[in-house]
Amino acid sequence: MGKAIKTTPTDPAVIKEALLEKYPPKVARKRAKQILINEAMENTTPEITANVRTIPGIITMRGCTYAGCKGVILGPTSDIVNLVHGPVGCSFYAWLTRRNQTDASGERGENFMTYAMTTDMQDSDIIFGGEKKLEKAIQEAYDLFHPKAIAVFATCPVGLIGDDIHAVAKKMKEKFGDCNVFAFSCEGYKGVSQSAGHHIANNQVFRHVVGTGEKERDEPFKINLLGEYNIGGDGFEIDRILEKCGITNIATFSGNSTYEQFATANQADLSCVMCHRSINYVADMLETKYGIPWIKVNFIGAHATAKSLRKIGDYFDDAALKERIEAVISEELPEVERVRKQISPRTEGKTAMLFVGGSRAHHYQELFAELGMRTISAGYEFAHRDDYEGREVLGSLKVDADSRNIEEIEVSADPKQFKPRKTAEEMAELIRRGLEFKEYDGMIKDMEQGSIVIDDLNQFEAEKLVEMLKPDLFCAGIKEKYSIQKLGVPMKQLHSYDSGGPYAGFKGAVNFYHEIDRLVNSRVWGYLKAPWQDEPELRATYVWE
Amino acid sequence: MLLKHTPKEITERKALTINPAKTCQPIGAMYASLGIKGCLPHSHGSQGCCAYHRSTLTRHYKEPISAATSSFTEGASVFGGQANLLQAIDNIFNVYEPQGIAVHTTCLSETIGDDLPQIFDKAKKENKVPEGKFLLGAPTPSYVGSHVTGFANMVKAMAALAKRSQRRNGKVNILPGWVEPADMAEIKRIASLIGTPITMYPDTSGVLNGPLTGDYAMFPDAGADINDIIASGDGIGTLALGEWCSADGARLLDTQCKVPCSVLDIPFGLQATDRFVDALRKVGGVAVPEELMIERGRLVDMISDMHQYFFGKKVALVGDPDHLIAMTEFLSGLDMHPVHVVTGTPGKKFEKRIRAIAEAAGFEVNVKAKGDMFLFHQLIKNEPVDLIIGNTYCKYIARDEDTPLVRWGFPILDRQGHQHFPTVGYMGGLRILEKILEALLDRKDRDDSEIEFELVL
Repeated sequence: MGKAIKTTPTDPAVIKEALLEKYPPKVARKRAKQILINEAMENTTPEITANVRTIPGIITMRGCTYAGCKGVILGPTSDIVNLVHGPVGCSFYAWLTRRNQTDASGERGENFMTYAMTTDMQDSDIIFGGEKKLEKAIQEAYDLFHPKAIAVFATCPVGLIGDDIHAVAKKMKEKFGDCNVFAFSCEGYKGVSQSAGHHIANNQVFRHVVGTGEKERDEPFKINLLGEYNIGGDGFEIDRILEKCGITNIATFSGNSTYEQFATANQADLSCVMCHRSINYVADMLETKYGIPWIKVNFIGAHATAKSLRKIGDYFDDAALKERIEAVISEELPEVERVRKQISPRTEGKTAMLFVGGSRAHHYQELFAELGMRTISAGYEFAHRDDYEGREVLGSLKVDADSRNIEEIEVSADPKQFKPRKTAEEMAELIRRGLEFKEYDGMIKDMEQGSIVIDDLNQFEAEKLVEMLKPDLFCAGIKEKYSIQKLGVPMKQLHSYDSGGPYAGFKGAVNFYHEIDRLVNSRVWGYLKAPWQDEPELRATYVWE
Repeated sequence: MLLKHTPKEITERKALTINPAKTCQPIGAMYASLGIKGCLPHSHGSQGCCAYHRSTLTRHYKEPISAATSSFTEGASVFGGQANLLQAIDNIFNVYEPQGIAVHTTCLSETIGDDLPQIFDKAKKENKVPEGKFLLGAPTPSYVGSHVTGFANMVKAMAALAKRSQRRNGKVNILPGWVEPADMAEIKRIASLIGTPITMYPDTSGVLNGPLTGDYAMFPDAGADINDIIASGDGIGTLALGEWCSADGARLLDTQCKVPCSVLDIPFGLQATDRFVDALRKVGGVAVPEELMIERGRLVDMISDMHQYFFGKKVALVGDPDHLIAMTEFLSGLDMHPVHVVTGTPGKKFEKRIRAIAEAAGFEVNVKAKGDMFLFHQLIKNEPVDLIIGNTYCKYIARDEDTPLVRWGFPILDRQGHQHFPTVGYMGGLRILEKILEALLDRKDRDDSEIEFELVL
């Protein structure tokens, strides 16, 4: 991706000024720190403020901790019964609304993703407490489904009224014997966004499930794919490619995943992190407790996919594997190139803006670059500074008052199961050859000079940006889609993919090229004005000729 | 099978709700607030609720849904959200410049006991509310009732703004209930045909079915005018459409401003529309115009033409109480048998009304208020039906049970354009019938053998 200096249509400083001028002074000061004009140089990255509380009334795009925990991390797992302890809404809104595809055919069998389960708390539960009802609901779920695990999720009122969901879960787990019951304190008000929910989910899955698996995984080249949620079948495409290369993905966190996958994740030899924000905690804990190193990968974009496969090959350092990887790449790339060449003349030079959760705003820039499109502005809803600036800033991050109560769990090397996957010398040699472990450089370094990076973009700023920079495409989510399109700018959802996908891997790249071509070249944008609106106002009586 | 863990045998559940046939209050309040001109809905809670409610409404309407939130943090959740709401009010009026803000609450702010009127007072005292701008608020605890209750609570909060002056304004207030934007437009059209002047609120027509022009107005020039809402205290009467959606608001107008009210069903189908038209005719003291008589006649004609396909067909209905009551009556009047009728919204009257309709029509009905779609599915497994009518979530049941589905109600997430076509009134009745017959005959065409397959049906 280019670090060459290109000019944006308007001076970024002027744009930043315009974004801030309408705000009350306090709000303007705060937002100024979350809006950054990219001046990343070889060794320095400008500092952005991120992962701080949302400004009330600003019309944020953000969701809550519960969404990050239940909706994102545990939602895609098919054979765990997810029971939401709260009033009905939280369960209802997370019911099949994220497009985590799952294949529960064949031996897998169980699939609870089509069910929304809730204790549907009533006012009496708020007044007298909901523990009894929760206990009963867990029992009823067990009696009906006999699942291998039941996960309980707290919602806003649960923490306030003091229901001890962990005690209830423990009691029921002991009672059942054959069903793991565990709970998540993911009340919506915790932290400042979905992000806290990721962390809470990581902690509890690691604590209650990872490493408990019975099954011995003895396949060669075992990896975990961390932070891939199989939206629109992304994970299926990645798995197809991995399998073709002879790499075994033993656990995806958590697209198309099963309880057993989580439980045996400790047996992998390498963790590959897709979405850094949501799952880096598990990656770190797997390394500390079991000795599994992790690398950052990106399967969004054909070349990014090839690069990530080669990284995996380099890690295992097996000649036959590397050969297969090269063979797969040379087999898959020509079709991608063929479509890219056909489409890129129609997309070359066009501009995009990307404002997506905590990882895609970065990953998708590679795909746009492959089409010759420039990303002139990007940002995350809830990423932290390390996602923007790279993990080297981790040491200097301060946890503020709003996120202080998110649990950090202490993990140490497992006396029995810790096993270094590589010797210290081997690791040193891999690093010398350029493989980076536990490393993520963040989004900013990959962006053009003068591009505008905005954290926690709001409705006002989105409209203003579109108005001033007139991008050819705007990428965000469902809440933003239609207001942007009303402005006459095509909008691509990069959460739900607008029901499309997959966009990962080689086939995904082809799908994406076609989709972007469709969007930026659609005829509909030419219909916004009626023919008579183009002509000057009629002054004289119209005469039929 | 997508719902393969649903057993046929129905066991009693006391604590576990599975696949709810309702959602929570605030989304209803948000929808209602969008029906006030220039109004920004505001969710006083943590921001996840607001994001979910906006997303669901957007997915249903394929339109922008603007709403702000107090974005509670853990601190605010413990010490109260007053500071958050005050900040929000200030920011909203500065940045988005609405005519006013309609605040609703969530389980969070209700559990901690935030007092909206007190916070509003403080906002006004601190000059955070510009001259001429309005604030209204409704408590909408998610742990009471359902989304329908939330809608009703916001409508009630609108009615609470009504003031009575010396003179009646000669208008009939109509509280239309939770219907689609095109339904609201249709209700206005019917009233204007009859010639009875009305004030209707909320009114989302023109707000949630807007055009694509290259300009985006967060506040389109549509919706119920706040001054008309205030003046509804001078109305000559109120027609509340839907007991669950609208009755509380209408009764408040009665007690507060002595505007007499009559609670009707939402005019879905022939019978409920007849009663609505009759009521408007009587309060207006006018005759029903020929044009409307022709529309009614068309609907009756269609019922007669289609009757052979409807007669004796079993239907399963799930949705919101006011919708289901009118639909059950309409279908029974076509000689169809709505044998399973389930709503997630609580209310004892519901089961009673449905039973009365079934009894009058002479069929047995399984009816459940505060039921869920897991139970609904089980009922269908035990007594299969020819047709399911309900929201998008029914498609999983329809697929598993290989039963035709007509999408109707809220939310419809997987089809587009529904907000442009009314299902209320005689015209809406035609559309419901067309959709039902389409579903039944598509299935017949799919299932018939090559020998039975026919050109003319």
